[in-house]
Amino acid sequence: MKRLILILVFLSILSIFIGVKDISFWDIFNLSQDQIQVLILSRIPRFISIVVAGAGLSICGLIMQRITQNRFVSPTTAGTMDSAKLGILISIIIFPGSSTLTKMTTSFIFALAGSFLFLGILRRIKYRNTVIIPLIGLMLGSVLDSITTFFAYRYDLIQNISAWLQGDFSMIIKGRYELLYISIPFVVLAFLYANKFTVAGMGKDFSVSLGLNYNQVVTIGLVIVALISSTVIITVGRIPFLGLIIPNLVSMYRGDNLKKSLLSTAILGAVFLLFCDILGRVIIYPYEVPIGLTVGVLGSFIFLFLLARRRSYEG
Amino acid sequence: MKVKSRLLFLSILLIILAALYLIWGLNPNNWNYALPRRMMKLISIFLVGSCIAFSTTVFQTITNNRILTPSVLGLDSLYMFIQTFVVFIFGSTLLIELGSHFNFIASVGLMVVFSILLFKFFFSKDKNTIFSLLLFGVILGTFFQSLTSFMQVLMDPNEFLVVQNRMFASFNNINEDILYMAILGAVATLIYILKYTRELDVISLGRDSAINLGVKYTSFVKRMFIVIAILVSVSTALVGPITFLGLIVVNINRQILNTYKHKYLIPGSMLIGSIMLIGGQLIAERIMHFKTPISVIINFIGGVYFIYLILKEGRLS
Repeated sequence: MKRLILILVFLSILSIFIGVKDISFWDIFNLSQDQIQVLILSRIPRFISIVVAGAGLSICGLIMQRITQNRFVSPTTAGTMDSAKLGILISIIIFPGSSTLTKMTTSFIFALAGSFLFLGILRRIKYRNTVIIPLIGLMLGSVLDSITTFFAYRYDLIQNISAWLQGDFSMIIKGRYELLYISIPFVVLAFLYANKFTVAGMGKDFSVSLGLNYNQVVTIGLVIVALISSTVIITVGRIPFLGLIIPNLVSMYRGDNLKKSLLSTAILGAVFLLFCDILGRVIIYPYEVPIGLTVGVLGSFIFLFLLARRRSYEG
Repeated sequence: MKVKSRLLFLSILLIILAALYLIWGLNPNNWNYALPRRMMKLISIFLVGSCIAFSTTVFQTITNNRILTPSVLGLDSLYMFIQTFVVFIFGSTLLIELGSHFNFIASVGLMVVFSILLFKFFFSKDKNTIFSLLLFGVILGTFFQSLTSFMQVLMDPNEFLVVQNRMFASFNNINEDILYMAILGAVATLIYILKYTRELDVISLGRDSAINLGVKYTSFVKRMFIVIAILVSVSTALVGPITFLGLIVVNINRQILNTYKHKYLIPGSMLIGSIMLIGGQLIAERIMHFKTPISVIINFIGGVYFIYLILKEGRLS
């Protein structure tokens, strides 16, 4: 745990001071006007968005997996991603010339509407069980996705949309990432509710008998997941692994008590994403490799290694 | 019995749809040309529908998880990776020069070898659980997917269209010889598995109960995984990635039949899979005039129908 925090601090400093414009750590007290501009416009927004995205998505994954008691559910299972995608499509078709911010807002509204549709359907189901929640999410997602694909196919926009959703931090500058701040209060809320999610993760009957308002806790969890993941998907794009693998790895080592594992999950998510981002910036310096690629390739190796090591401990 | 009458109803529906598919728009001038082609498509639809439905049912039973499809093993990601990689490195002309034969055999071969290696590696030690196998599959799948989408974004838009055609399952240009090969492979596998429906019933109770009741769990599960890998590879290489169909089919099937017996579940899912594919193909071909991929129609109608079924169940009870 302490080691993780140390790594996080180290990587954060590294992330802020790495880049094409040379800014050294020791200049911090006598920065030139230029350097301050670079820091404020690009480096710091980038750093913040990486940390928020990394921590947010892994927390979402963890909450979703606890609520549904299913380790293969990822935060995008609630149909959030597909509704955001539909929003992007609509904004491209209806206002093609509009600014990025308009497109982002449109797709955010769609993502929210999609999430509430999802919650609305869930509310109508009498016997909610842990299988039904992800199933409904997947099915709703597939319906929305088929609508998007239907129109995107006609207008030849499929490549365009997939480029939009490809995770990318190099486009993050001041004025393009502020949407992410919306998710911060919900991250805090997640920590406040950690104990309740742990209990809810033990199943409906058990948690009701412990005096938990099960439906309310599940709904709050789903709202948190929907809001965080939609802001991240729209500002940054789709990032593989964070929502699915990180929570699983942490719970292998730290068990299922959210109070204990939530912080580690958040930090591990942020550390992993920072590391991949720094690597992507350094490999073909001064150019960049998209974060999705470094996360996907590097992440696979790291996690396969962790899985293998974990097994040899047991064996 | 309720289950049996529902199965009968599904079979009748399937026959009606198949007949409609064959006959619609046929006239004395074109039947010589159209009928054999439609028969071919119909056969491939039955084949793919059955393979996908079957493998997903077995997969969900083994993993005890109703939201998973065999795509978790990363096989379709591998398929898309192979196709994108070839186009990206050598250009789309190579795919045409090599011919569909070679592409089919090479894709199926690579996918089956990949999965057998995966299972070998995993079931060599007793400690390994299915959970870690699936996690492993997800990781590898993501690995292939990120490489694929990276190449796709960099790709020339014209070349991308070639890849895009392979991203969506299609029954429109299936090679006759390939179809025969696929049928041979799939039917042999299906016959092999049909003997084991009772073991599957027991497996669905969970690992511990299954062992308790005398099933040789590890070796059985391993064999089933290999069978699933073969079926998924054959159908994916034949028409393209279509495993999501499995999720819709299997869940609709479980809602409709409401039984745990694989003796009924398996034929039911095969019927529903074929019905959805023929229905989807009818709409895509005759109503939409090929302007949209069949998966779009199936995902839309199937998804809406499933949500409707769940909502209806809530209201009744």
